[in-house]
Amino acid sequence: MSAQSVHSPEPRTGILRRYIFSADHKVIGLQYFFLALVAVTIGTILSLLMRMHLVWPAAHLPFVAGGIMTPEQYLALVTMHGTIMVFFVLSTVPQAGFGNYFLPIQIGAPDMAFPRLNMLSFWLTLLAFLVLLAAFFVPGGAPISGWTAYPPLSGLGEVTGPGEGTGQLLWVAGVLIFCIASLLGSINFISTTIDMRASGMTLMRMPLTVWAWFVTAILSLLAFAVLFAGGILLVLDRVAETSFFLPAGLVVNGELQMRGGGSPLLWQHLFWFFGHPEVYIAILPGMGAVSHILANFSRKPVFGYRAMAFALCAIGFLGFLVWGHHMFVSGMNPYSGLTFSLLTVSIGVPSAVKTFNWLGTLWGGRIRLQSPMLFAIGFVSFFVTGGLSGIFLAQPAVDTELHATYYVVAHFHIVMGVAAIFGIFAATHYWFPKMFGRRMNETLAKLHFWITFPGVYCIFMPMHFIGIEGGVRRYADSTGANFLAALQPLHLFITIAAFITATAQLVFFYNFFRSLRKGEPATENPWDATTLEWATASPPPLDNFGGHFPSVYRGPYEYSVPGAAQDFTPQHLESEQTHAD
Amino acid sequence: MARSRGCARRTHRPNRALALEFSRRFCLYDCVSRTRNGARGSAAPALLFALFLILFVAVTVYLFAARVYPAPPPISRGAALVDRQYNLTLCAAGAAFVLAQLGLACAVWRFRDRGQSARFISGNVALEVLWTCVTLVVFVGLGMFGRRAWADARFVSSPSNAIQIEVTTNQFVYTFRYPGPDGKFGRLDPSFISAPAGNPLGLDPNDAAGRDDAVLATLTVPVDRPVELLLRSQDVIHNFFVRELRLQQDAVPGMVIPVRFTADRIGTYEIVCTQLCGLGHNKMHSLLKVVSPSDYESFLQRQAAGP
Repeated sequence: MSAQSVHSPEPRTGILRRYIFSADHKVIGLQYFFLALVAVTIGTILSLLMRMHLVWPAAHLPFVAGGIMTPEQYLALVTMHGTIMVFFVLSTVPQAGFGNYFLPIQIGAPDMAFPRLNMLSFWLTLLAFLVLLAAFFVPGGAPISGWTAYPPLSGLGEVTGPGEGTGQLLWVAGVLIFCIASLLGSINFISTTIDMRASGMTLMRMPLTVWAWFVTAILSLLAFAVLFAGGILLVLDRVAETSFFLPAGLVVNGELQMRGGGSPLLWQHLFWFFGHPEVYIAILPGMGAVSHILANFSRKPVFGYRAMAFALCAIGFLGFLVWGHHMFVSGMNPYSGLTFSLLTVSIGVPSAVKTFNWLGTLWGGRIRLQSPMLFAIGFVSFFVTGGLSGIFLAQPAVDTELHATYYVVAHFHIVMGVAAIFGIFAATHYWFPKMFGRRMNETLAKLHFWITFPGVYCIFMPMHFIGIEGGVRRYADSTGANFLAALQPLHLFITIAAFITATAQLVFFYNFFRSLRKGEPATENPWDATTLEWATASPPPLDNFGGHFPSVYRGPYEYSVPGAAQDFTPQHLESEQTHAD
Repeated sequence: MARSRGCARRTHRPNRALALEFSRRFCLYDCVSRTRNGARGSAAPALLFALFLILFVAVTVYLFAARVYPAPPPISRGAALVDRQYNLTLCAAGAAFVLAQLGLACAVWRFRDRGQSARFISGNVALEVLWTCVTLVVFVGLGMFGRRAWADARFVSSPSNAIQIEVTTNQFVYTFRYPGPDGKFGRLDPSFISAPAGNPLGLDPNDAAGRDDAVLATLTVPVDRPVELLLRSQDVIHNFFVRELRLQQDAVPGMVIPVRFTADRIGTYEIVCTQLCGLGHNKMHSLLKVVSPSDYESFLQRQAAGP
């Protein structure tokens, strides 16, 4: 292809050029990965602080100014935990991290379409992260309005509460910079997928991971653009005294605000028009990776490959039509609530198709339960559990009971948080040998899995019950209403489970960093896999395939083909009978 | 080679070989090493996986079905309708949950690597069409069925005997206003708002209709009478949530949002805020008192006589 000849690889000179200011998609992918590793550590510490405060409100906590947490500090943690996890972990590793590293290799390209734009995306993401974190260190602290930042709370400045001054402004600035980075990244992903595929790599021969990254890139392009617009309007409301989101007659803290003509619901529409596709931005790459891994470790083709690809597209498309289900009780017209409800339950259909096809992929296979497979199956279990609790929340009548309770916290953490994280774990264990040329330790990986998988269920399943009993989320303590006291034993159970599960993550970190240096050296294709990333060295050379570019002769998941010499037939093999090596 | 395993199992082996075989098949962690027939010792993890999923499903089904952590009893017809829809959804989603998780457990156990060869199946159009249609019918049917509880709460306009009460929220207080004997709410003007001066709502002193308005910190309603609340907010977005009514509604500045209910059980219930509204969010609290018709009459008389 012409695009391939355009990029002459940069010479590998100097540590800085090679590992820091590199335009190589593999280095950038790893940079995203390590950035998210820092972000997820911070985000988890914030959540543990919140869990401790919820059950031991009078305890002296580390990292908390003054020792005992105040309500505004608690809400600042709520905001920052959500923002860091959603933007800098869930939108970063599955798409920008693994996507950057493996999309070009899996389609047989030497790099992304725009390597320097790619580099800019990463550095903007890092800048966004630093700007966001700076909110902790300004007077007033981090914002208290949650990751959803609903105006007027977020739109008027310090008058509405501590953290709503400079802290909230830095929050918006961080999110805006992140939007730009994501937009640039998505353009790159889309162009690369369309233009840079190797010869023979038709759309229907692309691995499902590539399909997922491609659809996610389109979602990012459309969703982050809207959040960017909304964020600009919010900044204008705050600094230029406009009134996009502010109606007339606001009296805050006894002060009449001279604004008028805006609508607080407008922000919610703009935010959730981004916010719902964002859920799919977090989970679709995980779905792709899980399909990929289930086929590999079942030694079977993906069941219903076409249906899987179409389901990804259908989920992506429907994902843009359901944002109103976050707003059933917002004051939006109740008739539109009904429409959004029906569209939302119909998104359950492609989601169910994916689940069935994952089961179909396992069925009749020869399942090797190595660490990537364990996490992939864990993903399916979480996706089922979290998806089904969504059916309750998708109905406006039931949502009026459960909205803004811990039921919702349970739902989105399982389906968007932990399922996506398990997708990341599966992908990390699966691609580690390719990325670093060494293997992770299986024993440690399994130990990590067997604490984390039950642990996560112990954290989030009880939250359903707290929600059903009326436990409201984002409460700094349980003293505001009498019925909340009865929920404390469940909270205590959750906090203990959270600590055990979080501690188990140290096993992952230990295994990861130890294996980087001391892991067993990996061969080119340690999992007997079929796709192109396994047709090159581990780790791949700078131009990915060492001077030649592969051609593709078959679909991505030809496992256990009858009559073939072995139970996997790589995509780049011309004849089925040839041996891979 | 794949078939050699059955023979090997039947032959008598010395203890050491048995021990090796045992450790290969039941050791949790050493699953990477290939055995003679190429199987990767997946029995123990597969068993663990299946058992965990079965235990997880059993515990979850028990906790939901036995209502170990129940919602408080409903106190209105609307709340009872919500509960019915919740139960229906619980049945449908519960069945899907059990089938999918146990299906996963079954697949992992049954098709663990024992040296067999995987079946080359790339799909089954008839099956895929079937389950797509089944989920479509179940999910969308559930959504259609749930319409009723929602329509009952939000579409129907209030009957003529409904009592109108205005609910105003600000950081972090609920204020309830009754129209008084004249049945009319007085005009509000934000420039008159002054909590220290005893005018938290900004009642216009020049409007005669407002002179008999009763402004209270708790909500009192008669049993079995339709009530229409008019939700307003002065500063940021708040919410009005009563668990027993299964009712949440945001109060949005710049809007007046009606919600309706008919409480059918006398008692005192808690009102809390569920929309993050600032640092006092978790302390924003009031009470809903559902009283008998005669108690309501005397409540109204007290208010009329009061100021």
